[in-house]
Amino acid sequence: MSIDRASGIALAALALLVLEETWRQRLPVGSIANPGPAYFPGVLALLLLLAGAALTAVAGAGPRVASLQWREWRQAVAIFVACVFCAVALDRLGYRLTIVIALGFLVGVVERKPVVATVIFAGAAALGTFWLFDTLLRVPLPRGPFRF
Amino acid sequence: MLEVVQNLGLGFSVALSPPLLLYAFVGCVIGTLVGVLPGVGPLAGISLLLPATFGMDATRAIVMLAGIYYGAMYGGSTTSILMRIPGEAASVMTCIDGYAMARKGRGGAALAIAAVGSYIAGTASVVALMVMAPPLARVALRFGPPEQLALLLLGLLVLAYMSSGSMLKALAMAALGLLLGTVGIDQMTGYMRYAYGVVELGDGLGVVPVAVGLFGVAEILATAGAPTPPAVIKPRLRDLLPSRGEWRESAWPIARGSVLGFLIGILPGSAHIIASFVSYAVEKRVSRRPQEFGHGAVAGVAGPESANNSATSGAFVPMLALGVPSGPIPAVMLAALMVHGVAPGPLLIQNQPALFWGFIASMYVGNVMLLILNLPLVGVFVNILRVPYPYLYPAILVFSILGVYAVNASVVDVWIMLVMGVLGYVLRKLDFETAPIVLGVVLAPLIELSLRQSLAMSDGRYAIFLEHRIAAALLAFGLGLVLLNLYTFARRGLDWRARMALAEKGDSS
Repeated sequence: MSIDRASGIALAALALLVLEETWRQRLPVGSIANPGPAYFPGVLALLLLLAGAALTAVAGAGPRVASLQWREWRQAVAIFVACVFCAVALDRLGYRLTIVIALGFLVGVVERKPVVATVIFAGAAALGTFWLFDTLLRVPLPRGPFRF
Repeated sequence: MLEVVQNLGLGFSVALSPPLLLYAFVGCVIGTLVGVLPGVGPLAGISLLLPATFGMDATRAIVMLAGIYYGAMYGGSTTSILMRIPGEAASVMTCIDGYAMARKGRGGAALAIAAVGSYIAGTASVVALMVMAPPLARVALRFGPPEQLALLLLGLLVLAYMSSGSMLKALAMAALGLLLGTVGIDQMTGYMRYAYGVVELGDGLGVVPVAVGLFGVAEILATAGAPTPPAVIKPRLRDLLPSRGEWRESAWPIARGSVLGFLIGILPGSAHIIASFVSYAVEKRVSRRPQEFGHGAVAGVAGPESANNSATSGAFVPMLALGVPSGPIPAVMLAALMVHGVAPGPLLIQNQPALFWGFIASMYVGNVMLLILNLPLVGVFVNILRVPYPYLYPAILVFSILGVYAVNASVVDVWIMLVMGVLGYVLRKLDFETAPIVLGVVLAPLIELSLRQSLAMSDGRYAIFLEHRIAAALLAFGLGLVLLNLYTFARRGLDWRARMALAEKGDSS
């Protein structure tokens, strides 16, 4: 299957999902003359459905899905995991601890940099950005249970 | 005219006083910093510093806040050009060609063009603000919901038409962006849409996490593990200055961006964001080599950067002349003035001439300061690219997370950024452009509200869009663009966008 055709099908499926969700949430559609909260998203979902269907129809013989390169997937997953950790831990562990751990993982484990360089970089980045934002710009950053 | 010159003299006597110079300088420095840091936009910066101005007099407060506003416009281009992360939402378009220029070793030139373009546009638009404020504000007042809806739809159509690759794909992305923009509380009825019990989603998806996710995180996910990560460019000193050809190529885009940005800035909405999108689209349309856009076209940097700076001044027109804010940033500044007992509006110029003309003059001074601050620092910013990529991308991630979190102090925004990052990564793989998604998220609430207000005005009759001449003309122009696209497709099979998409595929294979 070509990439464009697969994309078209995915977009159409997403549009159907939005329509189903709109119906499930029982949002009033209103009328053409007096649109309700479901009217605009409904019209947009229909437009997306049309675009997906049209893309599927005109896709032709482009590059195949199988030809897509995912060589960087290991690193991408590792970065994604680090970001998920930040989102989960930010309010629980506090900003500085979270960032030290996340940077330590990315630089030390994923990029395999020397331990000393990793510790210095992670510590300096976490403390430096905390000072810049929290202390200097007065943007309150989470401190976590250890006040750190 | 003589009266204007005399008033400006009064303004400069106020603006050049040492305390006001200091506040303008502090505002410009903070603004540049706010613009450079990904995720922290001018709105967040101004909101954070608003309480700090309560102890100042009104003139100093407004001068400093305005310095932050246009300083952020200058600074926003830096991370867009060097890292493909928009420092603030109006710099999204600069990411495309600015980053491509940096990859070609012209990062310094792109930064210099952005700084000079911003300076020229900023200064020219202050002149326009001074001379044209009252009549232009009267025209802007004639823009009701039908005209606004027509203008917003036209903006989307223009963007889709100008996108490289398939217009169908661009429209699909715009529809996806608009859909994402409907998340949250319905402004007319108060219904919560697609929020799944997450209170923070009540205000909708923020532009900042969406833009940083689609452009910043997606870029990192796509390039971090590549066999050859993005080249660390080490420009020589002379490369930091644009060549004669680059100056020539940027002259007209700067001029067009200045005019366009100012006019769009007067209209309600997120003017500086829309101005940069429209400017990019116009430059691509009028270019003799549209196929260069996306690959480091100088006009793709000069136009949008000039337009977003010019829009900043344009946004002050209705605020100062009528007391009507044209967007969230002027609204915050309006609040700052009212805290000091100053009522902006038609009587402001008569009652507070020192404040009004001092503010105008301080904008001239601020633009000079920003040029002096930014041009010599171009070399410093370019040095960021010398940092090895295994250290650079984790640092960018930290700034992205921090910047996104700082806007609302909410982890939900970090999650949104993450989801958008993955979406952007997949869409890049599938050869979709993500810029229309960002514009869709910005425009969705405005389009929906103006549509429903228009229908409320006309008792449900869609003929209102034809009865209002400006709205009808704008819609006809949009329809013309769609028809032109269909005609081109039918006549030649492949137009420049399709050829460009094929060329891009050829490049990547």
